[in-house]
Amino acid sequence: MASAGSDPIRLDGVAKTFVMHLRGGARLPVVCGVSFSVRSGECVALSGPSGIGKSSILKLIYGNYRVDAGRVLVTGETGTVDVASASPRQMLGLRRTTLGYVSQFLRTIPRVGALEIVAAAAREAGVSPQEARARAGDLLAKLNVAHRLWHLPPATFSGGEQQRVNIARGLAARRPILLLDEPTSALDDMNRATVVELIEARKREGAAVLGIFHDADIRERVADRIIDVTQFAPGA
Amino acid sequence: MTADPAYNFAYLDEQTKRMIRRAILKAIAIPGYQVPFASREMPMPYGWGTGGMQVTAAVLGANDVLKVIDQGADDTTNAVSIRKFFAKTAGVATTTRTREATIIQTRHRIPEEQLTQEQILVYQVPIPEPLRFLEPREPETRRMHALEDYGLMHVKLYEDIARHGHIATTYAYPVKVDDRYVMDPSPTPKFDNPKMDNCPALQLFGAGREKRIYALPPYTRVVSLDFEDHPFEPTPITAKCELCGADRVFLDEIVTDDRGGRMFVCSDTDHCESRRSRVSP
Amino acid sequence: MKALHLEGQPLVSDDRPLLRAMGLSKHFGARVACQDVSLDVHEGEVVAVVGESGSGKSTLLALLSTQQLPSTGSISYRMRDGVTRDLFRLTEADRRHLLRTDWGFVHQDPRLGLRMGVSAGGNVGERLMAIGWRHYGNIRAEAQAWLERVEIENDRIDDRPDTFSGGMRQRLQIAKNMVTHPRLVFMDEPTGGLDVSVQARLLDLIRGFVSDRGLAAVIVTHDLAVARLLCDRILVMRQGRIIESGLADQVLDDPREPYTQLLVSSILQT
Repeated sequence: MASAGSDPIRLDGVAKTFVMHLRGGARLPVVCGVSFSVRSGECVALSGPSGIGKSSILKLIYGNYRVDAGRVLVTGETGTVDVASASPRQMLGLRRTTLGYVSQFLRTIPRVGALEIVAAAAREAGVSPQEARARAGDLLAKLNVAHRLWHLPPATFSGGEQQRVNIARGLAARRPILLLDEPTSALDDMNRATVVELIEARKREGAAVLGIFHDADIRERVADRIIDVTQFAPGA
Repeated sequence: MTADPAYNFAYLDEQTKRMIRRAILKAIAIPGYQVPFASREMPMPYGWGTGGMQVTAAVLGANDVLKVIDQGADDTTNAVSIRKFFAKTAGVATTTRTREATIIQTRHRIPEEQLTQEQILVYQVPIPEPLRFLEPREPETRRMHALEDYGLMHVKLYEDIARHGHIATTYAYPVKVDDRYVMDPSPTPKFDNPKMDNCPALQLFGAGREKRIYALPPYTRVVSLDFEDHPFEPTPITAKCELCGADRVFLDEIVTDDRGGRMFVCSDTDHCESRRSRVSP
Repeated sequence: MKALHLEGQPLVSDDRPLLRAMGLSKHFGARVACQDVSLDVHEGEVVAVVGESGSGKSTLLALLSTQQLPSTGSISYRMRDGVTRDLFRLTEADRRHLLRTDWGFVHQDPRLGLRMGVSAGGNVGERLMAIGWRHYGNIRAEAQAWLERVEIENDRIDDRPDTFSGGMRQRLQIAKNMVTHPRLVFMDEPTGGLDVSVQARLLDLIRGFVSDRGLAAVIVTHDLAVARLLCDRILVMRQGRIIESGLADQVLDDPREPYTQLLVSSILQT
């Protein structure tokens, strides 16, 4: 049960190793001894060279990667759950109510239009259809996704447009935790500024934000703290 | 006519008649349910009423009076043959008058005359299974009857309305018996369906080739299947019999010459004759 | 015969499993098709059963939908009245009724799930007629509404499915199953044999039903892309056993078992 002042995200001694059976069982350690927390209203940036395990940490929190050791404590309205030992059902519930995630890839069913993709993400969290559609339109407009694209499936969009739809999808439900994996990599300056504003707005609303920002400038503007993932490299 | 001593009474041996009677009793106990029976080879091909004949043979007694009709007429080749068959092998009295008969074997019609508790109506049935045309598998139709799973029957009626604007089935119109089994009334015109409902006579159905017997005990509820917005209606008869003037009976259309001449005449020959004999002095 | 779920509204889901299978096994003589399979399906949850030919996934589907009897094991299901019952203790009549009303079964070959000699409207209306609908106009209107939902043109309602394309037949099969608002649908390779663009349409349709109506589904597929897009959880079967299970994205992005890693790496793009 959550105590009144629990941080939304708390990692404690988390480790992850891939075992590649197709290469004779070769072990590929990813991270080890990961411990940190993220407070409400705070944005923490993960830094470090490419391949160090930044994305993996986000995926471990989201339940996309399985945790080998340690605890990943996520606290939302319904209490605290240790993702490392959560059942699939608990994980699905957590994703619905608490964990928002903007990954690097936008994967959707081919025929669904951009507006519907974003609105559906809000509906999943229990938002009414009308409100969901309104939020979706609002976000897409702020992110400069042209109106004529709203009913088209994003598969044919440019990389930047797809990324903006992906961001809108991650923000639409306004979940208390937001995980961002390189949200601005394909965006121009104007849209990057918009994304910064949107992140700031979520922070003000009390969300705990954990992100990977390739651009040092954005990192400076948005992050309250920077955690160097190199310290969690296996054998470090 | 006295019975020909070369034959057992009504042609079939006693064991066979006993087996058929058992099937009949079971059929009466479960109205509308098709009881399988060990149909025997009769001295005529399948399709000529062998089932009906076996049922008649099983219920016939020395004091019975037998009438046989074929599409309402006593004088067609088949009706005459079957009547003579039982006269020869059982020595029973035969008649063409519905009122005088105790057993009436029929192909594809129900007499117009109201039947009584003293009478048995035996139907000749080609295909006993009402679901057969939509579901060719026997184990599946048996399961449907057992589980009272009759949605498919209404699908057939739905298809009729979708295709023709109305339920196009004009004969062998399916009925629900005693609120339980769906039954094929044999290829009688749907005009005759209401006569089966709450009928004082015992109605027995025999299918020789398919080896099934089913029954409607007297005063059984028989309801023709339909939709609320397409209720069952017996065929409206718009013409009168040109021989006896009857106006609410099933009519045959008779070709009178080769110049297109036609006349409508009662299908039930006895009914027509009776009416005419009452009129003439 | 009102809709049980209102479109677009989040559903209050009962946390108890809808379907629970325990220790299911199926032997055909010495050949083991399924061994000791246990799984839960919750309301509104879509579970994929993936595996290669001969893995036992189709047998598992047949067992879960009670179309085949297991050699050992049990299945319980929480029925509409809220009571959970052991499915193999029900009468065959009750199981048959379940399969026609609260459940759906979408066959890989739509010809197995449709009556090819009956019109589209008749096919969709059959379940309604089986549960006692007796008003032709209402049956036709309901069938018409469902054909629209699966994007089959209005004027095809009286056409027979033997005049339809494969994708249309599959959509008709789905409409036929959905008309009684089932809570659980079993699908056997629903996109198998269809062109890619046709698959997309079908997936969108299924996705819509799942999200709008809280439909639970067990989908047998060898197509991992379908599993990722549609499903919450994946069960991986090999030689009759479940060798790995977990969240869909978890199993596909972080496969643990050697066989799962082989499966995932063998496809062109997940």
